[in-house]
Amino acid sequence: MEAGMVTPAPALVRFSGIQKTYDGEHLVVKNLDLDIRKGEFITLLGPSGSGKTTTLMMLAGFEVPTQGEIYLGDRPIKNVPPHRRDIGMVFQNYALFPHLTIAENIAFPLSVRNTSKADVQERVSAALRMIKMETMAQRRPGQLSGGQQQRVALARALVFNPQLVLMDEPLGALDKRLREQMQLEIKQLHETMGITIVYVTHDQSEALTMSDRIAVFNDGIVQQIDRPDALYEHPVNSFVAHFIGENNVLAGTVETIDKDYCRVALAGGGAVTARAVNVSGAGASTSLSVRPERVAIVPNGSSSDGLNLLPATVQNTIYLGDHALAVLDVAGNAEFMVKLQPGAHDSLAHRESVHITFRPEDCLALDPV
Amino acid sequence: MTAASLTEAEVPLKRRLRRAERARQLKALALVAPLLVFLLFTFAGPIAGMLWRAVDDREVRQVLPQTIAALADWDGKDLPDEKAFAALTSDVLAARAAGTIAIAAKRLNYAQNGFRTILTGTARNLKAVPEPGTAKETLGKINPAWRERATWMTIKNASGPVTGFYLLAALDLTRNADGAIVAAPPDQAIYRDIFARTFLISLGVTALCLILGFPVAYLLATLPPGRSNLLMIFVLLPFWTSLLVRTCAWIVLLQSKGVVNDSLHWLGIIDGPLRLIYNRFGVCVAMTHVLLPFMILPLYSSMKAISPAYMRAAASLGAPPLTAFLRIYLPQTLPGIGAGSLLVFILAIGYYITPALVGGAADQMISYFIALYTTETANWGLASALGAVLLLATVLLALVYGKLVQGQQVTGGMKN
Repeated sequence: MEAGMVTPAPALVRFSGIQKTYDGEHLVVKNLDLDIRKGEFITLLGPSGSGKTTTLMMLAGFEVPTQGEIYLGDRPIKNVPPHRRDIGMVFQNYALFPHLTIAENIAFPLSVRNTSKADVQERVSAALRMIKMETMAQRRPGQLSGGQQQRVALARALVFNPQLVLMDEPLGALDKRLREQMQLEIKQLHETMGITIVYVTHDQSEALTMSDRIAVFNDGIVQQIDRPDALYEHPVNSFVAHFIGENNVLAGTVETIDKDYCRVALAGGGAVTARAVNVSGAGASTSLSVRPERVAIVPNGSSSDGLNLLPATVQNTIYLGDHALAVLDVAGNAEFMVKLQPGAHDSLAHRESVHITFRPEDCLALDPV
Repeated sequence: MTAASLTEAEVPLKRRLRRAERARQLKALALVAPLLVFLLFTFAGPIAGMLWRAVDDREVRQVLPQTIAALADWDGKDLPDEKAFAALTSDVLAARAAGTIAIAAKRLNYAQNGFRTILTGTARNLKAVPEPGTAKETLGKINPAWRERATWMTIKNASGPVTGFYLLAALDLTRNADGAIVAAPPDQAIYRDIFARTFLISLGVTALCLILGFPVAYLLATLPPGRSNLLMIFVLLPFWTSLLVRTCAWIVLLQSKGVVNDSLHWLGIIDGPLRLIYNRFGVCVAMTHVLLPFMILPLYSSMKAISPAYMRAAASLGAPPLTAFLRIYLPQTLPGIGAGSLLVFILAIGYYITPALVGGAADQMISYFIALYTTETANWGLASALGAVLLLATVLLALVYGKLVQGQQVTGGMKN
């Protein structure tokens, strides 16, 4: 399901026909084919149990694929133990060794590689400089804050110049503000050092902020791999549309299809024109996806003007500071969100009848949910 | 606001806090009070009593009060004067009438072999209080030992009320006739060897427990809960069986016509029975079996606290399994190793029943002799002194361990 785009860099990692089952009954990862390019920041995004962490663990060598092969460079690595893969990893809870100091933690990957003492010292102090923690070299992990531990874990995974760095929800334990700051720091490290990063998260905004490409996982299958903007603008199915960003769903049935567009009769009454992205043909049921910011509220009696026009009832407005949301009842969906401009939120009255409009190209006809 | 007014404002708050805390503290105290009283009577009291008995020395003083008084200002250089001899004769006659002569005889016999004969013989042969001035002569005739300075020195050294005699004896030391501390005569100098043996066996058992228990604890800590619970039951099983039964089971297994010897013989590995019991081997096997859970449990709890992420992190950073184990896993189990080893070692040095049942004469540990002196020969002083030395060794060990653990100070960085 690779989006049609030219491959700019050769694949560093290739998953080929990977399957993984733990119990012999259910496949946690179903037939995964995935190329990771050299130097890119790729995020495996999905809800818990979608197979993204299992995929990462297979790449790190902590889980063995039930079927298929993983290539790192040109080398098959299915049977290479983790310590010989030359892959750095940052763990969910940092996994800093509690009995070693910060400097010893960072020196660990170097010392197990028999690096000379002087070299170790030099690279450790360079790493400490990079994370701006030179003064804390002799402290123990327990004496550091979550953000500091995170930086140390990062430095430890990078200090031996691995060809690939894996990150397993590394920011999950941090509070929101620190998380956003660390996202930028990691992104910056990626850009300055030119390393390849495979990042696992279930937080879609984190994925959108940091990634060059995102692989959306669900149910053991990669639903879509693409750039963040492409995922948002051109989701291939309802799951991706729903998982990335806010999304309104309207159920309906396809009446006619004309090239890229189709006419859909809504289950709750009315009909709209939508981009036919993932519909099988006339008569098939479909789920329409409309983003809240692509919808406008217009007064009753406005002309459609080629746009989709639907009647709606105001349920509620939610004030969120930088913007506001109107919750509408549209064609049977009582939680239809519309993003309002600042200042517009108090102009709508409860139970007021209005109309909404959106362009056909902003309405995607996808597989039924 | 000035600093003075600040501190004044603080005082009532502190007092209020104290008042609030006090009720809580009283409640807590009330909760532990029954146990505290129980421990006082069953633990602290007996131990204090035992320590006191190790230095208590009032037997001779009670039986021969006048003699002790007369010897008080004797310089010990020559034979004591006539006054002391006269005092002894009247003491001996009084003690004979009261039937207490054996008490003093027993105590003095500890200090000088054969003193029992001297004193009881004197008591038997002393017909009446000698004429004034002839006590020295009379006693000398009854037993020439009374003409020796050492005999009197023995009485003076045992005059109490406290003595280091038993404690010295427990360390194979004694005081010579001049009161200087010297090595005990070889036939009495057995306790250092026995202490050394006790520590050696305990060390061996501790090492065996560690070697055997570490892999089991690791398995327990890493298996999925269902199977680890089952395994845990097997580990705890020995706790549900009496120590005596378990020890006797080893006799059945290890004796010359026992299961192990018969099996080996049947397999053709040995011709005659191996000597597996009533020696050091049997003691170590049986004690290790009994003490193993005390090693496994602390190890298990320290291993359970080590997140598997550490080993994964070590592997991802390039450490082969053995390196990861030695540099990451093992150091984090050190508190558990220390606690388990200390527990097993301290329990082992106090072992009595198991060595008594499955050991030979040369495998008896210090507790055997403590029991022997309390129950058989009623030498409470020596039993208590041996106990005190054992207690001191244990306390020192615990202190050293405490220092080591404190110095190490492992702080966990993981929150899961």
